[in-house]
Amino acid sequence: MFRDTDIGGSDGQFPPTQRTLLVLAGSDDPAQRRAAWDRLIAAYWKPVYKYLRLRCGCDNEQAKDLTQAFFARALEKDDLQRYEAGRAAFRTFLRACLDNFWRTQRTAAQRLKRGGGLLRQDFEQAERELTATPGHDDPEALFEQEWRRSLWEVGLQRLRDELRDAGAEAVLAVFEACDLADPNQRPTYAELAARFEIPETQVTNHLARARRRLRALLLGHLRELTGSPEEFADEAARLLGTAR
Amino acid sequence: MTFLSDEQLRHLQQVTGHDLPEPERYRWIEQLGRGGMGTVHLAEDLPLERQVAIKVLHAHGADAAGTQRLLREARILAGLEHPGIVPIHDVGTLPDGRLFYVMQYVRGQRLDAFFTQEHTLGDRLTVFERICETVAFAHAAGVIHRDLKPANIMLGAFGEVRVLDWGIAKRLAESGDPSGALTTQSSAESEADSPTVTRATAAGTVVGTPGFMAPEQARGDLARVDERSDVFALGGVLYYLLTGRPPLTPEAFETLRAGGPLRIADVRQAAPHVPRALEAICGKALAAEPAGRYRSVAEMRCDVQQFRGGFAVSALREGPLDATARVLWKYRGFVLLVLAYILMRSLLLSWPA
Repeated sequence: MFRDTDIGGSDGQFPPTQRTLLVLAGSDDPAQRRAAWDRLIAAYWKPVYKYLRLRCGCDNEQAKDLTQAFFARALEKDDLQRYEAGRAAFRTFLRACLDNFWRTQRTAAQRLKRGGGLLRQDFEQAERELTATPGHDDPEALFEQEWRRSLWEVGLQRLRDELRDAGAEAVLAVFEACDLADPNQRPTYAELAARFEIPETQVTNHLARARRRLRALLLGHLRELTGSPEEFADEAARLLGTAR
Repeated sequence: MTFLSDEQLRHLQQVTGHDLPEPERYRWIEQLGRGGMGTVHLAEDLPLERQVAIKVLHAHGADAAGTQRLLREARILAGLEHPGIVPIHDVGTLPDGRLFYVMQYVRGQRLDAFFTQEHTLGDRLTVFERICETVAFAHAAGVIHRDLKPANIMLGAFGEVRVLDWGIAKRLAESGDPSGALTTQSSAESEADSPTVTRATAAGTVVGTPGFMAPEQARGDLARVDERSDVFALGGVLYYLLTGRPPLTPEAFETLRAGGPLRIADVRQAAPHVPRALEAICGKALAAEPAGRYRSVAEMRCDVQQFRGGFAVSALREGPLDATARVLWKYRGFVLLVLAYILMRSLLLSWPA
């Protein structure tokens, strides 16, 4: 059988023993449970916040409060345990929970139950990003767009941490100068070689290494966030833009 | 955490979105494009230390028929040795058994990007003539392109013109084989804004790009698709070079596909400064019926040359006034000189002694 991705695990199989974050989030061990929630929130707080801002028309402060409240409630009520892998992607489930949550908050005009210090995220940064975030008529597409962006950002941060820890700052510098450059001013490989005073083949070596790791980190992170091999394969194709 | 714009995200997807096993002598650098049949990657040719472009079949299309199609495409390209056509270097199989072929990595800008910059009419026509030369060469070799459009034409830094993406090209000798050439899935690495259509119809299979597709192609009338279908598409490219838009709007294409009439806005309606002769050349190439078009690309190119030389073009029947105006314009230097001479003579003669 031919494969054109490593989606589904390095040997084409979803790791059967891996306990995803969705499972760990319901763990009886408080430390394990909290760690899993932290990682889930890191992946999803921004799509939730932007969805509330762009789709639900919340203002900045209201969206902050609701984001906090949404995750606080999900943690308290253990909402994730209602998720059934195979019925829909976790992302879709979460968005449906969010729609439901928003409807409840709005129609009942309830006093918001604040999440307190649950989230320590940079809402101001997210707010600044909104100006560069294209809107979308389709709520599912909007949430997916922000989910995709958020996962890439987390993957990118992990790549930076890993390369710095490994003392590979040169690899990171070339990668950032090329792949994170303004799309209209992306330098050629020859220009990068001149700028960093290395041969052009070294530029492509550095880029190949960084891109391979980014892909692996991204897929590793996604694997934690999905409930089944099929969901992982489907979501990976969306994340990498290879969905047919 | 760094905010990623949509453009940055797309780029990251493009450069990390594949995980192909590496062939022995090449190393992947990044993905350049993705089409219905396969993906095109920038790679390094390790022994020769040069960059090349490699086209690989999609995993899901790597069956015997897909492999045969890609091989056929590679052979068509290999048979077309011309400066306007990307040379093919190698064919091989990946460790997972998928066929790939290696071609020259072409640097430059696409014709649609070129159009957004300031260029004279003369520059545009020079580019167009080179495109015609290349397509005429392919026709002489018995190959029609079937997907000519600005996105498939690349311009180099030194004025080179390359006609790309021969993925749905057809050897004229293959006509009458609808299960072969014409039912081929498109392999065009087209952008989302100008998609290559591959759509089954009752009459046959539609391949090409809506904005530039000849009526017989749009209707899936396979038996009538020949060199003149490329003439129509070239008429579309010329139309684009003169007006900045494709001749067929999406609505006009749908009408055409459904068997309705061909509706194209006049060139001079979109760009009033375009000379009438050029509008006529466009109009002739874009005729609804193949019989109404230029019989060959060479004939069309000849008309463009005639226009540039200040001669009459076959596409426009001139009245005496038009012909006089054209001749006066062509010899405007000489005419001005004669007028100046007559004026001077008149002044001297009328000067009081």
